[in-house]
Amino acid sequence: MKFDDEPTPGENLPILPGHTSPGRFERVLRAGQFAVTAEIAPPDSADPEDVYERAALFDGYVDAINATDSSGANCHMSSMGICSLLTRRGYAMILQQSCRDRNRIAMQGDILGAAAMGVCNILCLSGDGVQSGDHPQAKPVFDMDSISALGMVRHMRDEQQFLSGRAISSPPRLFLGGAANPFAPPLDFRPHRMAKKIAAGAQFIQTQYCFDIERMKTFMAQVRDMGLLEKAYVLAGVGPLASAKAAEWIRKNVAGVHIPDDVIERLAGAEDQKQEGVDLCVDLIEQVREIEGVSGVHIMAYRMEDRIGEMVTRSNALGGREPWRPAA
Amino acid sequence: MKAVRLWSIRNAGWLKKCYAALEGTLALFNPLLKAIGHERLDKPFAAVEGAVKGFLFDSQSCGQCALGETGMACPMNCPKTLRNGPCGGVRQNGGCEIKPEMTCVWVNAWEGSQKIGAPEETIKIIQPPVDSRLKGRSAWLRALRLRTGESA
Repeated sequence: MKFDDEPTPGENLPILPGHTSPGRFERVLRAGQFAVTAEIAPPDSADPEDVYERAALFDGYVDAINATDSSGANCHMSSMGICSLLTRRGYAMILQQSCRDRNRIAMQGDILGAAAMGVCNILCLSGDGVQSGDHPQAKPVFDMDSISALGMVRHMRDEQQFLSGRAISSPPRLFLGGAANPFAPPLDFRPHRMAKKIAAGAQFIQTQYCFDIERMKTFMAQVRDMGLLEKAYVLAGVGPLASAKAAEWIRKNVAGVHIPDDVIERLAGAEDQKQEGVDLCVDLIEQVREIEGVSGVHIMAYRMEDRIGEMVTRSNALGGREPWRPAA
Repeated sequence: MKAVRLWSIRNAGWLKKCYAALEGTLALFNPLLKAIGHERLDKPFAAVEGAVKGFLFDSQSCGQCALGETGMACPMNCPKTLRNGPCGGVRQNGGCEIKPEMTCVWVNAWEGSQKIGAPEETIKIIQPPVDSRLKGRSAWLRALRLRTGESA
């Protein structure tokens, strides 16, 4: 999708009235389109080509790319580095910023730096515990939490001040996001948690992997009744499972991912389990799309990023719309 | 101690009322406390407070107590010290992502806040980030200063 006022790659769009960012992701959502975002796999290298190659897999299929911030507390190229490279080529980036590794001084500096590089979207996360990653000896910072971090970015943007009250001469024009996990206990708390994130400043929400459509429907009905969907866009998290064994492993070892038994049974019963995982994801995209109030999907296809195009096309998630892609 | 901590959550309702009574009483004596000087009283107060709240809640003495808004579950026991609700990593059995053998602080907080009544009202309050300068100081005296509109 191209807008009439497309800038040259690396520069941002004009900010429309009622918008807070100069980015295409906010435009797609506010235009009422069903948005598609995907998570880029951060390389364990210092080679920019690795980033460009991974991003190119999404060309023509996604509206924005999430750059993860050492997710699972495993070391990779930073979300700042990835955003720096990809914004220069014109990609719409969602900078993930976790509270695990940086205090409020570092975070605020990064927010200004990211916005200066052309990042228009930021996803504030608490972050996985250091114990789940490859450096369990590290000091967990958690100076902020995801909700106070959202409040901090909004304060910088809207009040043009650091948390200290010191003035910011040119504020970061950002579209703010938070995560939600409708599938983890305490289930009754989850809608209130999302309400807090929105009250703190979240304008869009990306959910944890959704494999349980009934639970997702219940959650969406709760947040709809609370009037939250008038205040924020919800993108349902989806992704392919590589096999029944992989699904079992994720269920046991990756905290917060809820995979019902029937999903594992469906994979186990398939001849080509990897293909079945992709088929299941296509079905999930189609199903979440039908849920009232779901404004898009966020595809997390860990080590299966090359299948995202196929899943987007087959599920017709874009409804014939063509997202921006870099000029060949 | 886990047993006492869980007992406190089950009894969150009247424990919160007890604290309100304590704060009210201290407020009556606040002119005297101020005459002696909050600074001078901070250490002994923090020692008593730490012992009482440590026993009842496994309080970590952050000096900016939010127990009344977190169902009497000390959020500083969360390995991520989250003060605004549970992270997305809570296990299906309610176990903590990082310490699976421990029930998530926020699962307890949700339970405790039902005892306090109107859980949505207390739990929806957005807690500001921790002021690390206050660690180990008396949250009771701080509450008195906040009552009279002084800087904390």
